Parts: sequence; C-alpha cells; structure tokens
Amino acid sequence: MTTDNVKRAGETPDEAMPYAELGMKLDEYDKVKDILGRRPTSSELAIYSVMWSEHCSYKSSKVHLKQFATKAPASEALLVGMGENAGVVDIGDGWAATFKIESHNHPSYVEPHQGAATGVGGIVRDIMSMGARPIAVMDALRFGAADAKDTRRVLPGVVEGISHYGNCLGLPNIGGEVVFDPCYIGNPLVNALCVGLLRKDQIKLATAPGPGNKVVLFGASTGPDGIGGASVLASATFEDGSEAKRPAVQVGDPFMEKLLIECCLELYAADVVVGIQDLGAAGVSCATTELAAKGTGGMDVTLDLVPLRDPNLRPEEILMSESQERMMAVVRPSDIPAFMAICQKWDVPATVIGEVTDTGRLVMTWRGEVIVDIPPGTAADDGPVYQRPFHEPAGQQALNADTPDSLERPADLKQALLQLLGSPNVASKEWVTSQYDRYVRSNTVLAQPADAGVLRISEHMEGAVETKRGIALATDGNGRYTRLDPYTGAQLALAEAFRNVATTGAKPLAVTNCLNFGSPEDPEVMWQFAEATRGLADACRALGVPVTGGNVSFYNQTGSQAIHPTPVVGVLGVIDDVSKRIRSGFVAEGLKVLLLGETKEEFGGSEWAHVAHGHLGGLPPEADLEAEKQLAEVLVEAGRRGLVEGSHDLSDGGLAVALAEACLAQGVGATVTLGGDPFVDLFSESASRVLVAIRPEAFEELAALCGDHEVPCYGLGTTGGDALVVEGVLEIPVTELRQTHESTLPALFG
Amino acid sequence: MSGARVGVVTFPGTLDDQDAARAVRLAGAEPVPLWHADHDLKGVDAVFLPGGFSYGDYLRCGAISRFAPLMDELIPAARSGLPVLGTCNGFQILCEAHLLPGALTRNASLHYVCRDQGIRVVNNRTAWTRDFEQGQDIVLPVKHGEGRYVASDETLAELESTGRVVFRYLGGNPNGSLNDIAGITNETGTIVGLMPHPEHAVEELVGAPSTDGRAFFTSILKKLVNA
Repeated sequence: MTTDNVKRAGETPDEAMPYAELGMKLDEYDKVKDILGRRPTSSELAIYSVMWSEHCSYKSSKVHLKQFATKAPASEALLVGMGENAGVVDIGDGWAATFKIESHNHPSYVEPHQGAATGVGGIVRDIMSMGARPIAVMDALRFGAADAKDTRRVLPGVVEGISHYGNCLGLPNIGGEVVFDPCYIGNPLVNALCVGLLRKDQIKLATAPGPGNKVVLFGASTGPDGIGGASVLASATFEDGSEAKRPAVQVGDPFMEKLLIECCLELYAADVVVGIQDLGAAGVSCATTELAAKGTGGMDVTLDLVPLRDPNLRPEEILMSESQERMMAVVRPSDIPAFMAICQKWDVPATVIGEVTDTGRLVMTWRGEVIVDIPPGTAADDGPVYQRPFHEPAGQQALNADTPDSLERPADLKQALLQLLGSPNVASKEWVTSQYDRYVRSNTVLAQPADAGVLRISEHMEGAVETKRGIALATDGNGRYTRLDPYTGAQLALAEAFRNVATTGAKPLAVTNCLNFGSPEDPEVMWQFAEATRGLADACRALGVPVTGGNVSFYNQTGSQAIHPTPVVGVLGVIDDVSKRIRSGFVAEGLKVLLLGETKEEFGGSEWAHVAHGHLGGLPPEADLEAEKQLAEVLVEAGRRGLVEGSHDLSDGGLAVALAEACLAQGVGATVTLGGDPFVDLFSESASRVLVAIRPEAFEELAALCGDHEVPCYGLGTTGGDALVVEGVLEIPVTELRQTHESTLPALFG
Repeated sequence: MSGARVGVVTFPGTLDDQDAARAVRLAGAEPVPLWHADHDLKGVDAVFLPGGFSYGDYLRCGAISRFAPLMDELIPAARSGLPVLGTCNGFQILCEAHLLPGALTRNASLHYVCRDQGIRVVNNRTAWTRDFEQGQDIVLPVKHGEGRYVASDETLAELESTGRVVFRYLGGNPNGSLNDIAGITNETGTIVGLMPHPEHAVEELVGAPSTDGRAFFTSILKKLVNA
C-alpha cells in the first residue's frame, strides 16, 4: 500500500482528493492549495479538513463571538481569557479557578452512554491542560418530551455515562440542569462543565517554545475510534480496504483519565512541562498544529512513533483519531528522564514523538517519507471565516403576537401548583442526581438541588496558604425564552446563573457559555445566533462579568426542524468566607420570609403556559440587568453580614414553585400572604427575584440594605408548620408536595 | 491522643484517600500515605482502605487490588490483629482478599446510588465502633454501584449468630443487601468493612448533613491509645 507523500503530491498536482467527503467546500480546498503551492497530501488534507471544520474553527460563529472580547467589561479577576483551553480567574489568596462548558450533543444521541461519558472526559482534560486540578463537574442536559420513547433510550444512557465516567474520576457532580422539550427529540443536548483549581503562578498554556524541546504524547494509545468526529467524515475512507467500519463515537476509559489527572499534577509540581495540550476534537492534528503555532513555530513529528491500539491504522487515521485520555506535552530534553519516571509511577504510557523547531513548518514523517509539511498556523488559526447571511424567521412576529394573555387561568391554584410541581421540568431531578457522587473530595458545601454548587477551597498545593474562600457555580438556559426573543433569552440565561450564584452569597466573577443552535446555513437560525450572542455580550458588559471561554454547537437539527436556540450560561463566583454561605430554602422554623424583587405580569414562555396549555408565544420576561446587579449586591453583602439564613431563586414556575421547593429543602412549611392577584403573584416568571428566609431581628438591617440598592423587599410571612399555606388561596402539606415532586421521574424512568 | 499513625492506602483509581486522610487528621491522628506498589506498611498502627475504583474495577471490584504488593504486607498484618477499616471499594477489597467473608455485587436497582442513608449500629464492640451506642441510629452517605452484600446461607447464619454484622441499613435498603447488611467485621472485631462513607460525615460545613462519621476515628484512636 503506497502512502501519499509530499514528493508525490508535487508530482501529481491534478490527482483528485476526497475533500468533499471530508466535509470541505471547493473554495476551502483551493485555499489549502494556495497556502501550500501544491495539492495537499492525504495526511495534510486530513489535518486541514478537521482543523477547518465548524467544530474546530468556529468559522460561522467567529464574527459574532468577537463581541465577547470587544464588549468585555474590565475585570481585574481575569487571568486568562478566550482562546486558550479554558479561561482562568483570580479568586484571591493566590488561588485561581479555571472553568469551561462544552457540548457533546451529537455523540450522545448516537451512543448516549459513551457520548456523554467522553463529553465529561474531554472537558476535564481541558481543565487539566491549564495546569489545574479538576475539582468538580456539572451538566446541563436537554431531552425530548419526558414520555417520548426515544427519551427513555437517551436519558438513562446519558445519565449512566456521566455517572460512570465522572464518579470514576473522583469529581463531585455539584449541579446542572435537566430540561425536557419536544424540540430536543433527535437532538439531545449534553453540555458538560468542569472547574479546576490552581495556584495563580502555575498556569500552563498550550504552546511549544524552544527549539530542541521534545514533544511527548502520553496517556492512552491511539485507536480507530472517533475518527472524523469533528468533521463530517463519518464513514469516508482514504483507501479501499484500509479499515472496516469506524465508529465515529469515542470510547472512554475513566480509569486511564484518573491516572492522567494525578500524573499531570505530579508533572506540573515537578516543573517538567513547558507547554501542554489535551487531545480532544481532531486529536493529533489539533494538538500538533496548535502547540506549534503558539510556540516557536515549527515541529518535527515522526508519526510512526505514535503508540497504536490497531497496527493497521493509516497516517490519515492517526491524525484524525479522537481516541480519549491522551495528552501532549513539550518537555526540555534534560527533563525527559524525570518526566518519564512520573508517567511510569502512574502506569501512564509516554512516548517522545517529535521535537520543537524554528523552521515555521510542521513536518511529519511516516515510514521515512515526508507526508506533512505545512505552516501550522494556517491550519490552527487561519481557517475560513464566514459572514453567514441571517434574517428574522418568517413566523417570528406572529409568534411574538400570540401572547399568553388570552389563555384560560386556573380557578384552583392548589391544583395548578401541584400540576407544575409534578411536571417533568419542575419535578425533582433526584432520579438523575442520585446517580452522581456529590461528596467525593469532601469539599462540597452545596450541591443539587441548591441553586448553585458551592465548594470550599482546601487543596494542598505547594506555596498555598490556608484560605477560607469558596467558589460557587451555576448553569442556566431557557430555550423557550430564547425562541421567543434570542437577544433577551440569552440575557435571561446569564441573569439566572448570575442570580443563582449570588443566592449562595458568592460574588459572580466570570462566564462560560455553550451555544447550542441549529444549522448556521439556515439564515433564520443564524439570526437567532447573532441575536443571542449580541444579547449575551451586552449583558456580560452590563453585569461586569467577562466571558472566559466556551463552545458553539451548531447543526442541532433534524431536517429543517432546529432545536430552540439554547445558549447555556455558566457563572463562577467567589465567596470570601465559605462558612458564611447562604443555605438553600427554608432551613429552620420561625424565620421571616421575604421576597426581593418586583413581580410583573409576565407569562410569555412561562412554565405555566407550557404545562397547562402547551403554549409558547408572546415575549419572555424583561431582563432588567441593573436590577439583577443590585439584587446580587444585596445578597452578597447580606451573606457577608450573616443576615440571611436561607434563600432560593425564583425562576421556572415563579413564586409558587419557589415556595414549594424552599419548603421541600428541609421539610419546613411556611405561611405567606400575597398582595395582588394571587395567580400573577404565584406564577409569573419575572426575573431578578429571590426568596429569602431571615431571623426576624435581621429584618431592619436587610430592609435598609435593600433600600440602599433600590431592591424592592416584601414581607410574605414566616416559616414553620408542616404545610405550605398561602392565606386564602391554598394549603398543601409538605408531604403532599414531596410526593408530587419526587414521583414523576421514577415513574417515567424506573 | 497524639502519636497514633493511621495508614491511608492509595491504589491507582482510589478516590477517597484525601478525604480519609483529612478525617484521620481531624480526629487528632497522623495520616500516613501508603502506596499500592510498595511492600511497606511504614509501621502504622491501623489502616484505612478508602473507596474508589481501584484498577478501574476491571474484572471485578477489588479483584486486582488484592494482588497489589502492599496487600502482601497488609493481609498477614491484618490477620495478626492490625486494625483495618475498609469503606466502599475498601470493603470490596477486604472481601476479595478473604479478610472478610461474602461479596459485594451490583445494586439490585442496577443504578449507582448516592444518598444520605440511615444506618443502625448493631455491634459497638469492634475496634472502629466503640464510640457508638449499641443500637444507635446514624446517617452516613452511600455512593456505589456494587454494594449489594451477598454471602452463603451458612456464612450469613454465622455472621448473625456471632454478632459480626456491624451495621444495617435503615429506612430503605439502597442496594438489595441480604439482611440489610451495610457492614461486617472479622472474628476478633479488628477488621471492619462497610459500604457507607464515614469520611464524608465528619465536618458540619461539607459532605453529608451529619457528623456521625467522627466516631469511627475516635473509636480507633481510643483503642490505639489504650492498647
């Protein structure tokens, strides 16, 4: 079998290459020929096709994502921004946190268990490659209707995949979301977030400086799994008979990943790593081109040295394989023995496969022949950029005109609340979260179903001082709101995550996002994307929290039917003294219950309209970012002063659901009185609202604090008893609330 | 109470080792890291085998770990009276090493389960449970996929008749264990294995909503100091 090499490519300029099968457009292929001054070899074509894929190059989204940088608010906390494996934020006392959310949507539909598992594995390696110890994960999940047949295949598999992989890594799963909507049938969303911790002065970057430094591939061997996962290769073949059917979904080995984590941390501590990059989408192609492009500029690689699980792999396949649990490091020659000894201690195979050069070229040989000779930056950074056309969807105005005003309102508000509380989106997610280890590492202060996950910082690292600090994390996103108004919907996603972090008493610091949309080639989808990114960038500026990184997932659609535009936003916050965190819900009897924030009549996209009428129309709630900011400041300051015992954010299902959930947190009832139209007061989904429970004697100080920030503060009643009582409206025993809340998912999924 | 040294074993894939070491330290003893590949118990006074997925739990939970070099030292020492506590994967390893009878199999639900679990202390005479009251009801987290305790009828009858069942699940059996067994001990009460995690229930701020795990560590310290 002959191998296509650079010499041969020069001699056969007109040989037809399978660029289209690899998902490349003709003008993109012509651009490669222009760059190289000849046709690419099959290996070079493999590299460009995956590096210039939508997934790796962000070619359709780039022009819009720029706003996250150009509109970014000034932030003293930001240490590493977009463009690296993950953003890094200063959290004080010499500590830094790195976090990122990423999608693994398509693989999770094809093979739910492995798709979701390797989604966790991939994001964890991103965090490791920043020099950090991963300390927790969370997941934002979207499925089709809860009772749909395919949801029963996809959901249990996804949950089991996350559970198996995350639990085996010893990372607590501290939160996330599970949302059902028919629009996600056939296109489930699996967005995995990981957060890591490091010393401020220990940040590692993906770079390969220093000619003569060695390039080490370590971790699992390379197999035929996941080939072309990033591009649309699927089953295209380079040469007849060179492979059987190649699964495009990767297969994970969490045990190897756990060894890799411990091995990497020991390598960092020994200071034997100059630059590091994880192997995710586009595997060796991505790691070599990106490392070389960000370093001295050149790299020589002997591809034959890559350890293989299948000796029949062709060089093109090695370059495109997305085999999991692999990392690439740049190491000084004198450090190689120490590097190898640490890998050996952890039973992690490691192989020197190349060397950094200053030639400005990435050169790869195979069986002694040069098969790749390219300027690495052209693959890593200079991919095509598209200004995709976009316009407002044809039915958008009609959708917005179809307001929920005319929907019949319930006469029996008790039944209305129970119906909502037992509906799949509001019902307890314990069936899911009880399959995740939330306790491992013993730093979990708050986890699901709390509004945000909270971790104390207690890692023992060299140079670390004792700290009382903690971090809080939340993810949110509402596809229905974003469908009605992508600009506002994206802002509401940020506002809710921001608020959820603040309800624990933590100050929100930074943002990561996972932008899940349909096809960018559909101008109506592209309009949703353009509006959502514009809204999110404006909101980040208004709230003073920069985007540190994230991920775009396009093509979440079946035929012409796209999912609701679903930007999922993650917010990270810091709390100076984690022992002062605000707990979740009504934590004791005899507390005063207050509602902070203003309630307006806002039912567009609401959970009530969805559950009671299957209605989606009108406009989402207003996103008042100044009110959101002031509310967060009140919560952070109140937490610092110890004024609040328990809190809960108002979101899906409004005050009614928030009251019920606050009662369920510790099994403590409450009696409250409403001021206006009970239905509006209970079920409207106005943003910027939080329920707090305080000691009666703290009221005056909290009310004054609210006054200073112009945050409306309403006394609703007191906690206590074994029922939720809304005077003159409804009375429901906590046991009945619990029965309704907790039986839905087990009944659906067994 | 100072001076007591409790070894905490790390296999490849062990996860709760730092938690275990912290719990030992909080109780006032010195945690001593023990590495699976060493033939060295470092002269410790007691050993904690923490949870995790040692060697990826490949083949069978704990099946590979029992052959680790460290276990060549630990097994005879434990037979000679060295106090050993195994939680979760540690319990599985103790069973695979035949230091405790029976086996842990896949949960009856076929799902991994993480929850705060009611447990009754039914033997407070072991080295690790002396600070509990006999019959005391406590809360500890469970988090496992293979915690269903099974044993032959003969073994079960012997465990029951000799008081070697140490803990039973209360308020719902999370995994289908026979006789609701959550933990057992050896003939002399020096080796205890249980699926729940005392190391996650020692501090108010973090972990389970209980500090009932502390008594495991204070129990062993008193025994070591009084020994």
